[in-house]
Amino acid sequence: MPSVLVENYFRTEKLPQIWCPGCGHGIITRSIASAIEKSGIDKNKICIVSGIGCSSRAPGYLDFNTLHTTHGRALAFATGIKMAKPEIKVIVIMGDGDATAIGGNHLIHACRRNIGITAIVYNNSIYGMTGGQYSPTTPKYDKGTTAPYGNIDKAFDICKLAASAGATYVGRATAYHASLVTSLVQNAISNEGFSLIEAISMCPTYYGRKNKKGSAVSMMEWQKNSAINISAAAKMSPEALEGKFLIGELKNSPEPEYTNEYQKIIDRLKKESQ
Amino acid sequence: MKSKARLMQGNEACVEGAIAAGMRFYAGYPITPSTEIAELSAERLPLVGGRFMQMEDEIGGMAAIIGASLTGAKSMTATSGPGFSLKQENIGYASIAEVPCVIVNVQRGGPSTGMPTSPAQGEIMQARWGTHGDHPVIALTPSSVRETFDLTIKAFNFAEKYRTPVILLMDEVIGHMREKVQLPDPSEIEIIDRKRPDCSSEEYLPYEADNDLVPPMADFGTGYRYHVTGLVHDETGFPSNSTAVADKLIRRLSNKIEIHRDEIESWEEENTEDAEVLILSYGCVARSSKSAMNILRERGIKAGTFRPITIWPFPEKRLRELAAKVKTIVVPEMNLGQLVLEVERICGCNAKIEKLNKVSCEIIYPEEIVSKIEEVL
Amino acid sequence: MERYEIRLSGSGGQGLLLGGIILAEGAINDGRNSVQTQSYGPEARGGASKSEVIISSEEIDFPKVRNCDILLSLTQKAYDEYNEGLKEDGILIVDSSVNAVKSGNIKIYSIPIIDSAVKDLGKPMVTNIVALGVLVEITKVISKESLEKAVLERVPKGTEELNRKALAKGYEIANKLM
Repeated sequence: MPSVLVENYFRTEKLPQIWCPGCGHGIITRSIASAIEKSGIDKNKICIVSGIGCSSRAPGYLDFNTLHTTHGRALAFATGIKMAKPEIKVIVIMGDGDATAIGGNHLIHACRRNIGITAIVYNNSIYGMTGGQYSPTTPKYDKGTTAPYGNIDKAFDICKLAASAGATYVGRATAYHASLVTSLVQNAISNEGFSLIEAISMCPTYYGRKNKKGSAVSMMEWQKNSAINISAAAKMSPEALEGKFLIGELKNSPEPEYTNEYQKIIDRLKKESQ
Repeated sequence: MKSKARLMQGNEACVEGAIAAGMRFYAGYPITPSTEIAELSAERLPLVGGRFMQMEDEIGGMAAIIGASLTGAKSMTATSGPGFSLKQENIGYASIAEVPCVIVNVQRGGPSTGMPTSPAQGEIMQARWGTHGDHPVIALTPSSVRETFDLTIKAFNFAEKYRTPVILLMDEVIGHMREKVQLPDPSEIEIIDRKRPDCSSEEYLPYEADNDLVPPMADFGTGYRYHVTGLVHDETGFPSNSTAVADKLIRRLSNKIEIHRDEIESWEEENTEDAEVLILSYGCVARSSKSAMNILRERGIKAGTFRPITIWPFPEKRLRELAAKVKTIVVPEMNLGQLVLEVERICGCNAKIEKLNKVSCEIIYPEEIVSKIEEVL
Repeated sequence: MERYEIRLSGSGGQGLLLGGIILAEGAINDGRNSVQTQSYGPEARGGASKSEVIISSEEIDFPKVRNCDILLSLTQKAYDEYNEGLKEDGILIVDSSVNAVKSGNIKIYSIPIIDSAVKDLGKPMVTNIVALGVLVEITKVISKESLEKAVLERVPKGTEELNRKALAKGYEIANKLM
């Protein structure tokens, strides 16, 4: 029997989902549904958009207007939806390669405009759908099928990227910290402007196996042990923070939202023509 | 009542036509020689409650108009050469997901950056086959400013009626030239809106086609919670790995245009009753052909003109009839011979087909057509 | 068939692109057809730029100038670049600063258009309007009423008087020569 949450917000006839055993994406997707439930928004006024990749299959399981677009372009499609019908709450689900490699340009410009979209990046540090190639978030010297001798690219910090490009709400959590994903996504949805939540996921099938990270459970243990909440980090020494990453609310500074700014132009022109 | 006659630029007529057709969303990226379409859309759209967006690139522009169209807004993007190449992937998306939208390409010299401010007709085949995979295409080609207005409206109407991307294939000459036009009264303009479902949301199957092979389309945000994907999908809209589903979908997409060819195809012909030589051309070159025909007639040569207005689908039946009557068909094009391939395919060995090609990024002159015909007759 | 092919040439920034548009609109005010085309891009900024107008009482098919009836050149560079294609019996109007070569039956009018705008009117930005006054006075290609109407519809608000003066100046300096 599916839970009430699943019953209400998932297309149960489409389950079980396609993800591998041990993948973190299911946990994150459920956390998002939970955030939507808590936000109390009318299901008919929500649109979930995705690109291409493992994470981008998530919208197919969620019972809203859902749009599975082309690789990297989810935010550009979402921008058209939001701009044409601002009353729709637009949530975009992307993977790390989708959002920061092929879709990197759309990402920084959506941040810059502060358009009212909630972007959630499922970061599993690998291209899973195509079988384990390194992505812009694969840690330096880690392996992928296209980095058999170790990846020499430096990894992106997605949250820093989004915050400096102009996103007005930024946060990070992990599949292990599922309830934090929910609360961050809930805050992100209530932010009028552009929000980005990085949800660290695990890919035991490709990233884990290629890099000898053990089972899904041990990858989750790594998430638990390496993540430091930003409030706790403030009291820690740089040495203690070595090899750790921050989770929690990393930026919250509301600014005027893009479609509202455009509406002001329409209203002004209407007034002037009267 | 018709509006006052006034001087209007081709790119401006495109925007006027789009607004008249009900365009309420534009997204694009500036590129010569189509930029005026973006500029005027930016000016006009907020005045009618519509929205304009300059995106970060051409790909984003194409993506955004698909998103906007899914909410019910009639949407357009405009570009030229390099930008048209960048839009191709998402044109295919609009095709398989059946999202109505209009893509304007004001052709300039190519390939690559080519001759940005000069005319060419190099994207005839790209308009047909630019995006990967089998897909239907409607592409319209105006050869005057007034016709740009009319065909932009037609492009929106076809997009809405058949749930398909429609390409308005202009060229730099038509886009940039200004000429006297008189626009029709809005009451005389036929506007078509997409079919929307008349069933409840529970009964709605987003990709179940009616007899016309076109499925009704629900606006996002209205309670019809359905899924849209670029993957092969069945009537429910959800992806399928079934080979039978793939076969059915790809054939239906093509057939929904194919069975409506008679409604879609249009062309213009002149002096074809007694013509021995037929000049077949489109876009700005059709104007040269008309001048050439007049010169040839004065010289006693029985010349006629045939101008496909829908390049795709090509007005095949009519050309086949004409090919049986004329001796020679001359096809002047500002490329190395693109539409002539289609003409050769259609006419077979019925008529002698002569190419006249110019890739110097200048319009073909009437006297060039005249000498070509005098040479081959 | 009455068809006038007119080419306005000069350097980018002299307002000849707008000049061509005004001339074409003037022809429409006269109840005739017109087509205007121009050079774009780097060619239109600095260097030699051109704006072409075809005026006819019939439909205009081929939109570009091939056998130019009237050529206006405000700079030497523009004259050198664009004088080819002027008909044997065409009309050539050049600014006094341009050194034009006599050929065939071409009628040449050398007129201080730029000086009149800069020195007499003190407003270099009306050079194009002075030039239109000169061109219409000499060629009568459109009526003066239609020209004035077209000018006043196109120029920025508040500059109507200045532009009327510029037209009058154009008529005056053309008349002096004729």
